[in-house]
Amino acid sequence: VQMAVRDALNTAMDEEIERDEKVFILGEEVGQYNGAYKVTKGLWEKWGDKRVMDTPITEMGFAGIAVGAAMAGLRPVCEFMTFNFSMQAIDQVINSAAKTYYMSAGQVPVPIVFRGPNGAAAGVGAQHSQCFASWYSQCPGLIVASPYSSEDARGLLKAAIRNENPVVFLENELMYGTSFEVSDEALGKDFLIPFGKAKIERAGSHITLVAHSKSVGLCLEAANELVGQGVECEVINLRTLRPLDDQTIIESVMKTNHLVTVESGWHHCGIGAEVVALVMESPAFNYLDAPVLRVTGADVPMPYAKSLEDLALPQVKNVLTAVRKSLNIS
Amino acid sequence: MSTEMTHEVVPYKLHRLEKGPNLQVKCTRDEALKFYKQMRTIRVMETTASNLYKSKMIRGFCHLYSGQEAVAVGMEASITPDDSIITAYRAHGWTYTRGVSVKGVLSELTGRSTGCASGKGGSMHMYTKNFYGGNGIVGAQVPLGAGIALAHRYKGEDSVCIALYGDGAANQGQLFEAFNIAKLWDLPAIFVCENNGFGMGTSAERAAASTAYYTRGDYVPGIWVDGMDVLAVKEATRFAKDYVLKNGPILLETATYRYHGHSMSDPGTSYRSRDEIQEVRQTRDPIGKFSELATAAGLLTKEEIKKMDDEIKKEVAAAAEAAKTDPELPLEELYTYIYKNPPANTRVRGCDDTVWAPTK
Repeated sequence: VQMAVRDALNTAMDEEIERDEKVFILGEEVGQYNGAYKVTKGLWEKWGDKRVMDTPITEMGFAGIAVGAAMAGLRPVCEFMTFNFSMQAIDQVINSAAKTYYMSAGQVPVPIVFRGPNGAAAGVGAQHSQCFASWYSQCPGLIVASPYSSEDARGLLKAAIRNENPVVFLENELMYGTSFEVSDEALGKDFLIPFGKAKIERAGSHITLVAHSKSVGLCLEAANELVGQGVECEVINLRTLRPLDDQTIIESVMKTNHLVTVESGWHHCGIGAEVVALVMESPAFNYLDAPVLRVTGADVPMPYAKSLEDLALPQVKNVLTAVRKSLNIS
Repeated sequence: MSTEMTHEVVPYKLHRLEKGPNLQVKCTRDEALKFYKQMRTIRVMETTASNLYKSKMIRGFCHLYSGQEAVAVGMEASITPDDSIITAYRAHGWTYTRGVSVKGVLSELTGRSTGCASGKGGSMHMYTKNFYGGNGIVGAQVPLGAGIALAHRYKGEDSVCIALYGDGAANQGQLFEAFNIAKLWDLPAIFVCENNGFGMGTSAERAAASTAYYTRGDYVPGIWVDGMDVLAVKEATRFAKDYVLKNGPILLETATYRYHGHSMSDPGTSYRSRDEIQEVRQTRDPIGKFSELATAAGLLTKEEIKKMDDEIKKEVAAAAEAAKTDPELPLEELYTYIYKNPPANTRVRGCDDTVWAPTK
């Protein structure tokens, strides 16, 4: 069946609320308004105030309350209306959620999910268009998931809610309405995607493309175009950014001898930078036939005007350019 | 010997409350023994921590609780182990009253594996059952405490959470976010401002547009209580617990004082005078005042107190010895407790690419 990413997330939360009475959702407009992006649509009506709590516009307050509830044994799903607003609460995410299990030597686990739309949106300017993948991925104690497809969204979100650790769950703001074919298995109530395991979306022998979230789609499009040129791309969907599945990347590079990373976030200290470093430190380095190349968002705050915004975000043509440069073809 | 005394406390100040806690507070002999012992133990433990710090056995930050003992001991007297507490970085006294031994506290301070957080937390990060730290980020523990209160109610428990902060933290924005939600949702949270007069070196008057902290929850009712009087704190807390279970949050301001500097690097004399500290010690000291009261009422004898003092001294000295000599965690423990139930084969990177350690 076809299922939109939004519905994949919605059904995952609905089922987890049903499965475990400790699970609840809180955030701005998650209840009576049905979610600013309608991801929690219908859940308040179905589950009521106890399980779906509308909060005032007060990120640091409700994020802290969610973390405290998790410390005391509940399993909150804390929605940020967008991850841009999570900056108001990042201290609670890092200093309270990520570090307490370690600081307490295992006495206080913090099973919480911070989720919401992340990455560039369309036409909303600089403050509402940013990818926070690299920000959160740096911190030990956090798990960072970044789904691409509906199947990813369902399996990773269910796994996040059942996990014993704080999980930062980065949904792509532009992908909520995108539909994907979903397998019967993925519709199962216990369908869980393990963290730290990437998915090879498309096997290929000439070059490896590593991406997460919406950029996986760019890679698949580019791969389709390159088939005509006799180039077979292997496209890796990272699914989780921390822990990162270095083994799948390394094995792929040792097979294809070429690597391009693709992300919509900035290049500086980005996810691609980390992938490059891990390859440098791995046996795969000796298998490279060309330098690794990165395709990323332009190094600018997001402009408002359409033509400039388009130029600030990676497109299929950027991926094609990088692949051709790596393979030294035109 | 008497078996009970009644003590008249300094009048509370009330905010949005028609009736406050009782002014006459009873104290039994057993309570007197316990309160004295706990307060004295904290005092001696902190003096010992100060000495361990000076001999370089304790590293980093170390904020001592001396002077504020009546707050922890008085509040614990009116709650149960099923209630929860979260505090800021001045956590040693609370860790002890929550049930961790002196050895568990001192060994944590010296970073030993026998410390209450196995030496992974240190002075500011101590935990035990229903005690959620020890938080080093000024003010961050207050929303966390509201969340713990939420969990109590969510699970249908008749328990409350006490979230403590200092007069310095009282100006942090996130407190007001937590007050708002706690009142909106009627959470069973007791917010407690331990007003010791100074946020680091800045006096309350130099930091707060209003130093009437018990009123600063606005729509959250508040009580000012003499934080140097263990019986006043006990009674105010009894009232507060009863109140929040029925009505939602309340705010207590406990007027107290710290004898040491803000932390060990602060002599604590550039922003206040030695005379001021001396005067508080002589006229308002929570332990001195309580022992005078209890002996005058015939509840405790001077000999008993002397005997307790000797025992406490011995216990703390033994704990300090262990804290000096117990081992630190084995080095491979650097890599443990990052994730609970980490995915199979998860390895943690050390400082160069030759070091990849298993974790659990």
